[in-house]
Amino acid sequence: MSTNEISITVKLFAFFRENRFKQQEQTFPATITVREIIQRLGIDPEEVGVTMINSRHCTLDQTPVQGDQLAIFPVIGGG
Amino acid sequence: MAEKIYRVNMTNLTTSTEPVPDKWLGLGGRGLTSTIVADEVEPTCHPLGGKNKLVVAPGLLSGTVAANSGRLSIGAKSPLTGTIKEANSGGTAAQMLAKLGCKALIIEGLPEGDAWYTLLISKDGVTIQEEQELVGKGNFDVVATIGKRTDEKHGIITIGPAGEMKLSAANISIKDPDSHLRSSGRGGLGAVMGSKRVKCIIIEPTDAKVEIVDQEKFTEANRAFTKALVDNPISQALGTYGTNVLVNIINEAGALPTRNFTNGQFDGHEEISGETMHDIIVEREGKPKHNCHKGCVIQCSQIYNDKEKKYKTSGFEYESIWAMGADCCVDNLDHIAEADHLMDDIGVDSIETSVAMGVAMEGGLLEFGDGEGICRILREDVAKGTPLGRIIGCGAASVGRAFGVTRVPVVKNQAIPAYDPRAVKGMGITYATSTQGADHTMGYTIATNILGVGGSIDPLSQDGQVELSRNLQIATAAIDSTGMCLFIAFAALDDEKCLPALVDMINARFGADLTADDVTNLGISILKTERAFNEAAGFTNKDDRLPEFFYEEPIAPHNVVWDIPDEELDKFWDF
Repeated sequence: MSTNEISITVKLFAFFRENRFKQQEQTFPATITVREIIQRLGIDPEEVGVTMINSRHCTLDQTPVQGDQLAIFPVIGGG
Repeated sequence: MAEKIYRVNMTNLTTSTEPVPDKWLGLGGRGLTSTIVADEVEPTCHPLGGKNKLVVAPGLLSGTVAANSGRLSIGAKSPLTGTIKEANSGGTAAQMLAKLGCKALIIEGLPEGDAWYTLLISKDGVTIQEEQELVGKGNFDVVATIGKRTDEKHGIITIGPAGEMKLSAANISIKDPDSHLRSSGRGGLGAVMGSKRVKCIIIEPTDAKVEIVDQEKFTEANRAFTKALVDNPISQALGTYGTNVLVNIINEAGALPTRNFTNGQFDGHEEISGETMHDIIVEREGKPKHNCHKGCVIQCSQIYNDKEKKYKTSGFEYESIWAMGADCCVDNLDHIAEADHLMDDIGVDSIETSVAMGVAMEGGLLEFGDGEGICRILREDVAKGTPLGRIIGCGAASVGRAFGVTRVPVVKNQAIPAYDPRAVKGMGITYATSTQGADHTMGYTIATNILGVGGSIDPLSQDGQVELSRNLQIATAAIDSTGMCLFIAFAALDDEKCLPALVDMINARFGADLTADDVTNLGISILKTERAFNEAAGFTNKDDRLPEFFYEEPIAPHNVVWDIPDEELDKFWDF
């Protein structure tokens, strides 16, 4: 991994897991945004309900840093 | 058929039907149960004494073909909280009562002697029959026995042994379309029914239809309303994973109360999650989708089978799974399902009883994680009414007192469910200020704090939480009066066509001319009626507080405490 890259843990939930994974360490360019990661995974950003970095809500324009945990949820609810 | 009030006096074992007084005409569901309790019950009365009344009411749209309108409200003064109470449930009863023209059923007084009774509700009114066969039976056996006595089509509202023993976590069960059970769970209303020695209420089927003033307008509005529900992505996820889809997201947000509220994340979250549950259900040939009442288009319920592919439980909800799972550290869904089944059969609230188990584990009764131990205590103690079983069956606060545990997650004696208020501040406002003790359904700020529905408010910030909780509590009181399932709120918060369609349906049903503002005002007036009852019962703003440990013990991973100032909490009622 070069200094221009970051390694983060990506977690997927509900039907985003289908044909993908639950949790994976992935390497990305250091400038990548959450939106770009979602697109690389083949997920339509319109289907995304909630994203969190290290258990805090984040925007799609945010840039994760080395070692972050990124959680990506579809639009879900319950109660 | 003209709507009537059905009244049952258990003191002298008489019944009557009355015309609906003008002041109750525009009310249904929770609006009606709370208004009747406030009108007719002395706020300071003993909840299990002769002055309390149990009120059952379908919603304003129940019995019509409106999607998701089959919810039933049951109200009384609660033996658990001492406040006014409404518990809301699916099942077939609401639609059947509405079709019979029963606007509300009021059960009052107490009989002398040891006999038990069954109430039979038909188009002619109510009859009281002495009951022997069903006494002592669990709820599943009650439903099966009545099925043989009558036919499968009758509606049933029943209490299990817990209600007969008047335990303060006793619930009231409602038969669903598959002869399984739904629960009016919270607040110990089963004990009120038990105090009146009513084991069950049987509702006769009818071909009668609910009157609709403007059928064409109603049909059109229902079409728009149904489309808003079906198109909503949250509805779709609920149909696939059930409400238990929340385990993973609440865990990720650090707000999943674990090990009796000492951590915000549970190592075993994946094992008890909605995703895992879905896979188990499919593998064992259960049903991921299931409706608790006819006409539900969301279908968040499910049929969960055991390893032999036989029915184990349904309506297997996130809050019950959290309570028995993360809060008691049980990471085995089959143990949780068995406990859920047992609690349904015994007739105790699966939130209150499970949180009570978590407190008991801290008190040393069992090791955290001992799911089999929980099931054993439910079977051998709670069901049989041993002294230990009665302590647990009276809820988390009861266990805390008996075991000398101070970390007791309750407000007004009712167990806090599934969302840690330190990590989701809006929920803390709801738990503290709700007219009915800690109850997530009273003002579900998770929508906006966590799920991004109806906007977005940082769950850890103090800003905007009081207003968020207030707006949701008002809207919820109104929705709970319509007979609608609360899950229509997800569509209502984000789809501008949803709420107008709902108001149009109410107007078409009654020939009324209500606006969205009128609906909001209904919610406000219900909350104020409930608050006034509680104040007259002796509650003050000092009761609108979270337990001490939330102020003092930080919770991981965010290491936050409850930090909303008391003065902010008191502003909740400034409306």
